[in-house]
This record gives sequence, C-alpha cells and structure tokens, in this order.
Amino acid sequence: MKILVSLKRTADPDNANKIKIGAGGAKIETTGLEPKANPFDEYAVEASLRLIENGQTKARNAGDKLTVVSFGPKETATSIRQALAMGADDGLLYVTDDESLDGDLVARSLAKVVEAQKPDLVILGKQAVDGDSNQVGQALAELLQWPSATFAMSVELSADKKTAIVGREVDGGVVKLKLTLPAVITVDLRIVSPKSVVNHVTPATFNYADGARFTPLPMIIKAKTKPIVEAPIASLGVDVALKSKYVEFALPPARKGGVKVKDVAELVEKLRSEAKVL
Amino acid sequence: MSKILVIAEVAGAKLRKTTLSAITFARNSGLPFDLLVVGHNVGAAAEDLRADGAGVVKVADDASLANYVAEAFTPTVAEAAKGYAVVAVTASSFGKDLAPRVAVRLGAGLASDISAVEASGGALTYRRPMYAGNANAKMQITTAVQVVSARQSEFAAAAPSGGASPVEKVAVVANPLAGRVEFLGFDEVKSARPDLAEAGTVVAGGRSLKSADGFKTVLEPLVDVFGAAMGASRAAVDAGYVPNDLQVGQTGKVVAPKLYIAVGISGAIQHVAGMKNSKVIVAINKDPEAPIFQLADYGLVADLFKAVPELTDAVKKVRAEG
Repeated sequence: MKILVSLKRTADPDNANKIKIGAGGAKIETTGLEPKANPFDEYAVEASLRLIENGQTKARNAGDKLTVVSFGPKETATSIRQALAMGADDGLLYVTDDESLDGDLVARSLAKVVEAQKPDLVILGKQAVDGDSNQVGQALAELLQWPSATFAMSVELSADKKTAIVGREVDGGVVKLKLTLPAVITVDLRIVSPKSVVNHVTPATFNYADGARFTPLPMIIKAKTKPIVEAPIASLGVDVALKSKYVEFALPPARKGGVKVKDVAELVEKLRSEAKVL
Repeated sequence: MSKILVIAEVAGAKLRKTTLSAITFARNSGLPFDLLVVGHNVGAAAEDLRADGAGVVKVADDASLANYVAEAFTPTVAEAAKGYAVVAVTASSFGKDLAPRVAVRLGAGLASDISAVEASGGALTYRRPMYAGNANAKMQITTAVQVVSARQSEFAAAAPSGGASPVEKVAVVANPLAGRVEFLGFDEVKSARPDLAEAGTVVAGGRSLKSADGFKTVLEPLVDVFGAAMGASRAAVDAGYVPNDLQVGQTGKVVAPKLYIAVGISGAIQHVAGMKNSKVIVAINKDPEAPIFQLADYGLVADLFKAVPELTDAVKKVRAEG
C-alpha cells in the first residue's frame, strides 16, 4: 500500500501571538518565529506510519511505502527531512513562495501529484495552523472524485487493505464512514491516541505512545540519505492563478486585562454588581 | 441581480440552529437570498425557515440524503447553486466538510470560517481570522461564484423577519461515489447541557483538573449551577479527561458567550483563539503568571480544588436568593 501525506511548513504555532503586520497591512511577518511542520500534518505522518508497520516489532509491512509532499519555499526541505526521520520513505518538494499559494492551488497541485504517484490513501492534517482554512483535503477529494473522511480520530484498515472505517469527530459525536480505497483522510488530534489506528498487523494488545513519535539520532542520520526530489511548482502544469486575494492584514484589537480578585467572595460580588452576569 | 444561496444544516431531519448564523451572514451582505434544505423528511425543517426572509426555501428531499455524507450532498447542492453568486453555510463541522467540495464543483473560490462581511461597490470583502486569531485578514474571492463558510460565534443567530417564503422542491442529483462511501452510524454524545457553541455561559477546565474524575466532581457542579455548557482545553482533551467535542480553541470550537470561566487553564495561544471574544472572562488558576490572566476580566489566583467548590456554593446561594 502506498500513502501520500502532504505537509506544510508553518510559523511556530505556540508563538503565533508574536507575529507582526508589515507596513500598511500588506503582509504578515513571521520573522523570528521558528518554522515547524504543521502539527496536524505531523499527526498525518504518524497515522500513516501506524497503517504501514507492525507497531510492536516496528517492521515495515512488505510493499508499503510513505511519501511526503510539500509546496513552499526551499527551506521546507527541513520539515520534510523530519518526516523522513520519523519513517517516511521519500519526499517531494514543489518550490514556490507561500504568498503564491492558496488552499485551492495546493489542492489542484496535489491532484496532479496523486495522478503521478497513484497512492491508495492521501492523508492530510485537517487544517494548517497558520491559514486555518481547513479546505485542502476536501477539495482534493472532490477534484479526484475520491471518497473522503475529514476530522478523523480513528482509522481501521481492512486486512485486505481495500477499505477503511474512519471515525470522524463532528459536532455532537462521532460519525463512522466506510471508505473504499483510494480515498482521502484528514486527521484530527486524537488520531495519535494509543489505539486509534488499526491495521490488523499490529497486535490488538499493543499500545502506541500518545502523540507523534520521537526521532532517535540513528533515524535522523538515516533520513539524510533518503531522497527529496525538488521541482518548481510550474512543472506540475497547473494554472497558478489564485482564486482568493488577500487585500489587508491587521492585528486584532487587544483585549484589556482586568483585575485580580482576592477571593471567591470578591469574585462573586464583582460578577454580580459590576459584570452583572449573576 | 446577484443572489446568495444559504445551505441549511439539519440533523436527524431537524433544523440545526447553526443555520441561523449563515442567514445572518446573508442579511449582512445586503444581497437577497434563498435557502436550501437537503435531507430526508425535512419538510418541517423547511417550514421552520419560511419566516426568515428568504426569497424561496428550496428543498432536496430523498432517502439517500437521510444522513449527511459530503459525497452525497455535494452534487445536489452544486446543482441547486447554479445561477447564484454566493453559496453560504455556517462553519460547523458540517459546513467545514461540505463547503470546499461544493466550491471545487462550482469552480468557485472559498472564503472559509469568516468573521465578517463588507459589501462595497458590488463586491464582497470578507474578514477572516488567521494564525489562531492573532491576525485578521481582509480577503476577496476572484471567481464569479464564491463559496463562504461563516463562523457561528461571529454571526448571531438570525431572528425571524416575518413573511412566508414559498417552498420549492429541487432535483436530487445521484451520488457518483455512492458505492465507495458508506455511512455506518453516528455515535451521539448525549448531554442535557446546552450546546457549547450556543450557550450563554461556558465553564471550561484544563489539565490542572488532573483527571476525568476531576471534571466530574469539581467542575461539573459549577457548570450545572450556571446552567452552562462545559468546555475544555486541548491539554485536557489530549490527556483523555473529556471528549474532543468539548475542546475550545483554534482547532476545536470557537465560542463567544456572555460569561466564560476558565478553570485551571493556562491560556495557551490555541485555546485563547477559541474564547477571547467572550464578553466577560473569569480565570481561576494557581499560577499567577499564567497568560490567561492577561485577558481575564476577573482573575483569581487560587487552588481550583478549593476555589471551585466554594464558587459553586456561593453561586448557588446567590441564585437561591434570586
């Protein structure tokens, strides 16, 4: 089985409050923020690895392969390299500026990559934590005319690898969908829980550690020898015109901090007489 | 004249309140709008929408649409959307899943999870939060047809405007992927509490509650004395104390209640993104340096295991006194 994961390089989401707006609101400046792989995409890599390995022995299932693809500046190779250190086999980087991309163009470009790579599954993070658009997986599935399951918190691959049952976290509960592969899955936080991915190879008694796996030094060294193929985005033959245009950026109005109260009695008094919410 | 088609959201054939936010979006944009209800046995849901000011309430009713599946809904929605300039839906999990597929099918650009709309010179400009709400972007869609998903917390539920829009049946387009995607079931989390996105008061807990039991025995009594919805930080969800459905934040629910009480929540950026537009924010945390205090209207530095039961009792008393 072949899995394709798309990975975006984003500015450190834990310091997103340090972004600045460039002159005249023309640009968001992320200078000084460490670039990191979008956390949901990292979870997509983790989920994919759990689908193609025996979790207990760490042996890769024969014939299975994981490819990571990115669209962005050349430096994105660093983030792809991290995914290779986690266990992905190879990387593809289609070079362009971040400003020259929108979710629609990424989806159309990905569709071209899928046509060439012919994966059985495309797994993506449910959203990138910079643009917060939450659209690429859905759009890709529609372009390919593939079934999809967004916001996945569990995936069970059938023993014959022809279908997958996906638990989707939606408002009010969990929807279960059965997809016939090839298909698109976008992952939510809980996809990296100890038993959220089932592939009928990893023993049912095995528990993964919560979260994305750590990359030990030997894996990091090994990753340096894995191939990353770089090409300009134009080589995919997609129309690079964007369907969205950002006209201005601004910082949101700052919220004024309030007061500290000394005890519960004072809090209740303030909520009653000042905020009038009691 | 350009018009908007608003997609209603139904669950179990009943209209979801989320729909009313997309209607507010349509009203704010100043363009005339129609409504589209997709589902099975949704006649009553369509009836509920007749007084909201739509030109027409369109209904696509078919057994194949009884449960929402993006692949099944997309062709029918896209067909009904022909001739409209804008297709709008609320950015609930339903809208977020459906809108990008519909946009592709229509060759339309997508403005997702927007917080405001401005109409000037015949063009719509959208505002959308990015970077966990740390930047607001103004954006436009360059295609003739536009698809929009509107953030529920930023578009107040529309009140009925009177009138009786005519109801019209529209064609159901068969799902070309019917054989490749199957709805197996919906495991609903039943709760007597109000919906997180719609509650006037939200009481949210963090990892400092230490366990699922901490939520149950310490936080829940406070939630219930307020008649509030319960929320949680991502850290508490990650730790498995509560279901992800309760997560407030950039990647969970975005809420803006009248009163938000953050208990044992430090105030990580991605949590703040989901609650900073609340009217009154209360924070209870034993770390005086916790970032949550920078935006709380009222901060109490205290051990939550003592302060929360005390607050619960005090509120109970106030309520009893009326």
